[in-house]
Amino acid sequence: MSEVVASMAGSVWKILVQPGDQVEEGQDVVILESMKMEIPIAAEFNGTVKEIKVNEGDFVNEGDVIVEVE
Amino acid sequence: MFKRVLIANRGEIAARIIRTCKALGIHTIGVYSEADADAPHVKIADEAHLIGSPRVAESYLNIDKLLQVAEVSKSEAIHPGYGLLSENAEFARRCEEAGLIFIGPTPEVISKMGSKIESRKAMEEAGVPVVPGITYPLADADEAVEAADRIGYPVMLKASAGGGGIGMQVVHNGEEILKAFAGNQKRATDFFGDGAMYIEKYVENPRHIEIQILADGFGNTVYLWERECSIQRRHQKVVEEAPSPFITEVTRKKMGEAAVKAAASIGYKNAGTIEFLVDDQQNFYFLEMNTRLQVEHPVTEEITGLDLVEQQLKIAAGEALTFSQAEVKRDGHAIEVRIYAEDPKTYFPSPGTITKLALPNGLGVRHELAIHGQSVVTPFYDPMIAKLVVKGSDRDEAIERLQGALADYQIEGIKTNIPMLQEVISHPAFRSGDTTTNFVAKYLTPLKKANNLK
Repeated sequence: MSEVVASMAGSVWKILVQPGDQVEEGQDVVILESMKMEIPIAAEFNGTVKEIKVNEGDFVNEGDVIVEVE
Repeated sequence: MFKRVLIANRGEIAARIIRTCKALGIHTIGVYSEADADAPHVKIADEAHLIGSPRVAESYLNIDKLLQVAEVSKSEAIHPGYGLLSENAEFARRCEEAGLIFIGPTPEVISKMGSKIESRKAMEEAGVPVVPGITYPLADADEAVEAADRIGYPVMLKASAGGGGIGMQVVHNGEEILKAFAGNQKRATDFFGDGAMYIEKYVENPRHIEIQILADGFGNTVYLWERECSIQRRHQKVVEEAPSPFITEVTRKKMGEAAVKAAASIGYKNAGTIEFLVDDQQNFYFLEMNTRLQVEHPVTEEITGLDLVEQQLKIAAGEALTFSQAEVKRDGHAIEVRIYAEDPKTYFPSPGTITKLALPNGLGVRHELAIHGQSVVTPFYDPMIAKLVVKGSDRDEAIERLQGALADYQIEGIKTNIPMLQEVISHPAFRSGDTTTNFVAKYLTPLKKANNLK
């Protein structure tokens, strides 16, 4: 199992995948909002989304796990 | 003059407004969110009030709360700064209703200039040149194609309520319009609550040059020359200078007079800025009007010797301008660079904690900032953390002083765009005055793919 983590602090603006979705390396899974910018967060590997650890509107810190992929 | 003024803003601009208020003997009322409790603007205000949680919607954009603080603190006037509520007609109206002076133009003028379609129409009527295009909202993509066929490609598809490059795209043919229309309209609706779209001719390789004006309540309007703001990244300015290295004296006078005409035609009062696109033949076209103080106002202050915040306060307090157009000075050359907490290559933001800050001193150097050596740069607000303004007797001297100041600017703990700024101002194209809005794309190191960012 692998984790997708927030690359910076910010709010979760949009969640683009659901549990069970197939994702590919480089595919955006979540968009954060930080300093008035959209920050796309991509999966770093191919796999299936197991769990989404955040909700839209949540605040995350750099390094927080946002999606689990297996 | 007012005795008590509330500053409805944060960061460097709040600090800058407070400074002038104090010089005029005005008691300053600051406001802050929970994220800004330790911010310098809070420390220097004569009194400061907590207005809510970190997110702007719950603090700096909370009109009810701001008006409550204004009442409790017996404020007579509110200075909105830039961004946030500064161009919010509803806020200006609510201030009026509460018996407070909003330091800016009337709500009607703010609202008219806030719509790109409405303002184009007003300027056309006033005889100010606008970019060829339409002055009505498009019904759908097909109508956009029809209009574009008439105007001639390439055209710029734009959101009427847009700003910061959002909802805006260059298109080269009908097929591209069909592809681009829905997406940009949706973004405009999401961001601004208004999906009205229009198109105008795309001006190739333009310069972005704006005219600062001041208008009092007695029918006097003057222009304070221009600012050249062409160097941008993500459609946001990074380097601004006055005078422009490009326009001739003849163009300067024409643009100034057009700006005065534009402002006078809508009954404008207070400080304002008319933004123009200028093509390589020195033709200029109205782009939009900013009905507030600009981020880059210090370069105008440096060459005119005026304090624009002082002028705003005096106009709002009912005083007349004390100088005529012929008396507006123009001395030397000033350049401002915006220091952003961001990666200098990808422009992605870099929130974090500053661990060291050492500011350069030197001849002609001015700082506008509201951070210190232990500041936390939070993800809640704009990444611009400071401005560095340098003045010289001419452009070359200003650039040399700026190079020296940037080399000595020490900020650690977060990433900043200082390396990018150094690259810009040292580039032969910048030195020769080849400053167009395509500068960054044309001359700087290509961007890395955003996804590679860690």
